[in-house]
Amino acid sequence: MTDCSDCKHALLASQRDNVPESATRRKLLQLSAGLAAGITALSPDSAFARPASGDRLVLEDAEGTPTPLRVQDIPLAGKPVLAFPFTPTTKTVKDDSRLNKIVLMRFAESDLDAETRKRAVKGVVAYSAICTHQACDVKTWVAKDKALVCFCHSSQFLLLEQAKVNGGPAPRALPALPLAEEGGQLVITGPFTGKPGGSA
Amino acid sequence: MTNLRLSLFCAALLTAPVVTIAQPAEYTPVTDARLKNPEPGNWLHYRGNYQGWGYSPLTKINTGNVGKLQLAWSFATGQVEGHQSPPFVNNGYMFVTTPGAQLIALDAKTGTELWRYKKEIPAEFLQLHPTNRGVALYGDRVYMATVDANLVALDAKTGKVLWTTQVGDYKALQYITLAPLVAKGKVMVGSSGGETGVRGFVAAYDADSGKEAWRTYTTAAPGEPGGDTWPGDTHKNGGGSIWITGTYDPDTNLSFWGTGNPAPWPTEGRKGDNLYTTSVVAMDVDTGKIKGHHQYHHNDAWDWDEVSAPLLIDTEIKGKKVKAAVHAGRNGYLWMLERTAEGKINFIDAKAYVHNDVFTGIDAKTGRPSYNDSKRPGMGKAVNFCPSLWGGKDWPPEAYNPKTGLFYIPANDNLCSELPAAEDIKYKKGDLYIGYPIEGVLGSLRFRDGKRPTTIGEIQAWDLKTGKKAWGHKFDRPIWAPLFTTGGGLLFAGGTNDRMFRAFDAKSGKVLWQTPTPSGVTAVPMSFEVGGEQYIAVQSGWGVDAQRMQDGMNTLLKNKTPVPQGGVVMVYKVGK
Repeated sequence: MTDCSDCKHALLASQRDNVPESATRRKLLQLSAGLAAGITALSPDSAFARPASGDRLVLEDAEGTPTPLRVQDIPLAGKPVLAFPFTPTTKTVKDDSRLNKIVLMRFAESDLDAETRKRAVKGVVAYSAICTHQACDVKTWVAKDKALVCFCHSSQFLLLEQAKVNGGPAPRALPALPLAEEGGQLVITGPFTGKPGGSA
Repeated sequence: MTNLRLSLFCAALLTAPVVTIAQPAEYTPVTDARLKNPEPGNWLHYRGNYQGWGYSPLTKINTGNVGKLQLAWSFATGQVEGHQSPPFVNNGYMFVTTPGAQLIALDAKTGTELWRYKKEIPAEFLQLHPTNRGVALYGDRVYMATVDANLVALDAKTGKVLWTTQVGDYKALQYITLAPLVAKGKVMVGSSGGETGVRGFVAAYDADSGKEAWRTYTTAAPGEPGGDTWPGDTHKNGGGSIWITGTYDPDTNLSFWGTGNPAPWPTEGRKGDNLYTTSVVAMDVDTGKIKGHHQYHHNDAWDWDEVSAPLLIDTEIKGKKVKAAVHAGRNGYLWMLERTAEGKINFIDAKAYVHNDVFTGIDAKTGRPSYNDSKRPGMGKAVNFCPSLWGGKDWPPEAYNPKTGLFYIPANDNLCSELPAAEDIKYKKGDLYIGYPIEGVLGSLRFRDGKRPTTIGEIQAWDLKTGKKAWGHKFDRPIWAPLFTTGGGLLFAGGTNDRMFRAFDAKSGKVLWQTPTPSGVTAVPMSFEVGGEQYIAVQSGWGVDAQRMQDGMNTLLKNKTPVPQGGVVMVYKVGK
């Protein structure tokens, strides 16, 4: 059973942090839903849980009821899109852990290597947006290097080639998420290929 | 003990495997009196004394024998990234901190590990600056601030954690890398986060209980003195972070703290002086009240944190004996200030020690610089300026030697930055709050004349009495070299990407000894004495901004100079 002190904590935290009202409401609704269902924080569709098969994706900053991202929301050769997974049945956005932050980009399918293409859908690739070095956000695309670059210590990841490390101190590739498309929506079809987060 | 118990004890001693680990003597409590007048053989402060000199009076290692220095012992810390802490020594006990929120206690004579503490860092936490700059010693305790914004008190002899106090919110990217300052029963710390929109502060905690005694913010709110230097509520995420240990004058009970850049970097949204960013502030240790300040440059647009606390030196400047506060600014000027009993800080003089093309003059009375506005980066234009974002000198501390009367600066010259046009930015908790595209920041380094200069790094020695540079030792590459000087007439420095650690003649700047270390040396060197023998100690462990600048150099030079990482405590003594 969910500890009700979590509710108070979340409310106080949201007040303290000046979280937008709609986001606060969303969080409280999620907690209420959790209470009603008697689920625990480790439930596969809790806001702490890692992305799972069947989850949809919602923009990182979206407020209110989550709107699933579609393939066409990810611009071809455009800027990275940051997102969180959410459970479509409960509408629970899994954003209580920043390790769930996902970076989405779209490329010509012919530019992807074979392994990357297997996990992509219509050229859209999904990776953990958390650097494997010191857990900073990885969201800067340097087109000339075809690399996503970490803002903290300049680790580079080749998104066309399974996000393998191309430079900097990161010890391993960004974990990938396999994707599919259902009814035009992007759907996660499995867990991260590795543990998201830093190595410190 | 009963006879039976004594017999059993003796039997156990005879039959048990003999493990002989030499232990230092009983731990000697650190008192206010000892902190005010530390014994030459110990290193009780981040910079050796409250005045921040980076000076050891020890003389057994000197200009005559430093050439015979050789390794006494070394110790692998098990961590990568930037090792910046000096070893602290108290009568045979050595304490070093490393990245990864780790504190290791060692036998200073042998390097034998006595205990180790490593705080578990939340997996969610991102480390922009994975480093730690040391501890504070007080009573029987050792105090360490951690990168996830906690202050921890441990038993110095056993490593037992006595209390842990949350200082800041790591989810808001408040993080701590400095060594605490301790005085009169208070442990003082501040928070980093000039690029993450923190509101800078110094907070004091009761050394016994860990209870917060006071917290003073470094950005002034409306209604407070200086509050009119911020528009609206911009002070709330205005930076002014505190990430280097303050200095302290026990006679006036004033601590002196250098403050970081205002946030975000572009100035369009925060017109005004933005007090007390890029300043030195004098705070009463009992109350935290700000008693005086001097702002080195107003309304910063160049990321020139002025976080190094001024060195407190009673000397003669411009023919007048003064209680001085001296600071080599990231803005490239050497600032000579006068501190007063009531706390007011007066300007005396400022001299450029590296090329600065932003300042057009310094007001002779107030010390306020005037600017070439075409050199102010911001919205709608790319701007090139000198010195670079990392300044004439970043965090690596200066040093002062009372025997030579010289003030030493680890400078970088002929490096500039070019920032692209600023972008609109809104504060968002847990994210960067800079105001420029990150690729523009990471790729901002430029050579002054567009081509590789002959020299970049320079260790400079300034005569405060004459206001003139006495000598300079130049390098063809940048330096990230905390400085340390001794009564034996020596100046020690690492900081170069060739992994070297060097000893210079403090009077002439001549290199007297050098040795390669396992990684690069960007840590604070120090000296101590145990068993009648003097040692020189420093951590080798390259990383953080030294590597960021190296990345910039690699880009400019279209090559790659690898600098290996991995921390090692290196301890040297004179060979027989």
